[in-house]
Amino acid sequence: MKVKMTVARAMVEVLKSEGVEIIFGIPGAAIYPFYDALYSSDIKHVLVRTEQAAVHEASGYARTTGKVGVCVATSGPGATNLITGIATAYMDSVPIVAITGQVNSSLIGRDVFQEVDITGATAPFTKHNYLVKDPKKIVKVLKEAFYIASTGRRGPVLIDVPVDIQLQEIEFEFTAEIDIPGYKPKEKGHPLQIKRAAEAIENSQRPVVCSGGGVIASGASEELRILVEKQKIPVISTLMGIGSIPTDHPYYLGMIGSHGQKEANLALRQADLLIVIGARLADRALGDTKITENMKIIHIDIDPAEIGKNVDTNIPIVGDAKQVLSEINKRISERKDFWAQEIKAQKKEIKEDDKLRPYDVLKEISRAYNGDYIITTDVGQHQIWAAHNVYIKEPGTFITSGGLGTMGYGVPAAIGAKFGRPDKEVISITGDGSFQMLLQELATIKREQVPVKIVLFNNTRLGMVYELQKRKCSGRFIATCLDGNPDFMILAKAYDIQSMRIDRKEQVKEAVETMKNFKGPFLLEVIINPEEPTIPH
Amino acid sequence: MIGNLETRVCYQKEKKKTFRIGGCKEVKYTLSVLVENHPGVLSRVAGLFSRRGFNIDSLAVGVTEDPTISRMTIVVNGDDYIVEQVTKQLNKLIDVIKVKKLNPKEAVERELALIKVNANSQTRSDIIQITEIFRANIIDVSKETLTIEISGDEDKIEALIELLKQYGIREVVRTGLIAIERGNKVISKSKSEEDD
Repeated sequence: MKVKMTVARAMVEVLKSEGVEIIFGIPGAAIYPFYDALYSSDIKHVLVRTEQAAVHEASGYARTTGKVGVCVATSGPGATNLITGIATAYMDSVPIVAITGQVNSSLIGRDVFQEVDITGATAPFTKHNYLVKDPKKIVKVLKEAFYIASTGRRGPVLIDVPVDIQLQEIEFEFTAEIDIPGYKPKEKGHPLQIKRAAEAIENSQRPVVCSGGGVIASGASEELRILVEKQKIPVISTLMGIGSIPTDHPYYLGMIGSHGQKEANLALRQADLLIVIGARLADRALGDTKITENMKIIHIDIDPAEIGKNVDTNIPIVGDAKQVLSEINKRISERKDFWAQEIKAQKKEIKEDDKLRPYDVLKEISRAYNGDYIITTDVGQHQIWAAHNVYIKEPGTFITSGGLGTMGYGVPAAIGAKFGRPDKEVISITGDGSFQMLLQELATIKREQVPVKIVLFNNTRLGMVYELQKRKCSGRFIATCLDGNPDFMILAKAYDIQSMRIDRKEQVKEAVETMKNFKGPFLLEVIINPEEPTIPH
Repeated sequence: MIGNLETRVCYQKEKKKTFRIGGCKEVKYTLSVLVENHPGVLSRVAGLFSRRGFNIDSLAVGVTEDPTISRMTIVVNGDDYIVEQVTKQLNKLIDVIKVKKLNPKEAVERELALIKVNANSQTRSDIIQITEIFRANIIDVSKETLTIEISGDEDKIEALIELLKQYGIREVVRTGLIAIERGNKVISKSKSEEDD
């Protein structure tokens, strides 16, 4: 059935049909018809304070719900402000649809007010993007965008719609099937490769599973657990893979890489078979570890381009991790011994003293909540402290910017996560450097009364770079001291956010208890010694 | 060459040493790429090459028998690793329907060049003779120049240019290589499961 309506209205209709309940964004002159159409719909709009935060919030929402996150901005600076957020989502394979307004289609290319070539600018880090010039194509484009964003290796898709196109009337009709000749994601692994993989696992002496973000994205945690428990395989994870198996699982050795845990890197070095699942093993993940010819590699990934990119693979399997693992599981037997017992036993507890350390707080949070939370982090020392010390029970409850390393990601991601999972406690672990990158989102928290908890580790430093300068520049510290920091207690008060500051170890328990019991948004500031290392010696 | 990214190519070679096994012999490869005939496709493909640090020797593009599909012929210089990566990354582009590496033994390759060369009353007849030997055509004549059209593989064109240099070449325009498979083989326009 055809109905006459404007393109803007049709956009809202498609969003509704895709199950979109919430949009993050900021309006502007080039996107006003879309906002006008939004006025009379049930879709909730969250007004952010800078467009980058809109993408991060959509990302937090998408990563906790499995749905596509949607964000909107106007043309020009609105669109360019999205860029860091889009690149962040691209590197972490998060399904996002970003809608931008564009100047009048007859003016494109003339450098008019607030004009920018956003499809050109975002081509390197969107999965795909569209500039809609034909109003009749809007339904097809939007439906394709959701399909592309949410299937295969997921990622952000941007749609740029000129303001005059949004105002045009079309005969609205839902297009039926989506058929994109150049896009046919492959989910089923090749049976022969699966057979070879199962044999290689059976024949290996010291197999290791390296679990990446792909395991979480594909919902393959249960299949992973069955595989490693049957074959008694130690599991190491990338930063993005944390939570793919509970961090207290007896076979979990921790995160690998330059900022990883010793046990995990040790297991990687000793392995004769490495099973990489949904990870790309980029520079930080491998760290100093060399992949030798003696190590066989099985690489399972839904993106064929990841296989063979960073490490040579003996058995490549292109497919969805969940499907591939369940096929492999059918073909393997039970193994008797867990070869990495010795490595696991080496795990040392950190020496206790009376100083306040970041892990005191993180361990207390883990204990008090027992994993019933969603953790988001920013980027820096606190991110690694969290990756090593927070208990993660369920997949998808550790949300961090792993690929791009975007400071400022954590608090907006927490806001998005809370909208996605209001039933869960959402805790954002941040540092004073990262927190101030998208500080204005405290206004979004206040406006929408989002009850997120923020744990702010304050060492008045850009800690990770400070540490780098200490090590590599013989202490010639430049631009890493944040001595212009505000009083975060007064700042929180300005946004009507309850807050508390601690600087002694004995305050930790009570502080976490207070935070846990408080119903609204809460900021817990923890004063940390600037010399505190990222990884304890 | 689109984008001079020597440093990035070096980085990849460096990476091969540490991460990968096997040699890295550089060879020329011809890729046939079917793409949707959308605006912006060319810039997506060209952008991909520059940002991934791949070097293009030539790129030729035109519409196919199906007006919704264009065909690009891309000549890439690289080792097996680079060509595999190029193919995979091209396949990731939504507008790319099919990528096929052509085997030079089973494909016909041609390039068209227009060459404007100095010619006076003494040299004109020599140049015309050379042109005839190469089965090339004279397509424009002036008092001081001759413009020659030649089609053929890269070597043939290079050979003619080499011979004409002595007369003084004013301008050369080349289309870049295009290629088609021999016999009844055609590149299918659907992306099937087996491709990957």
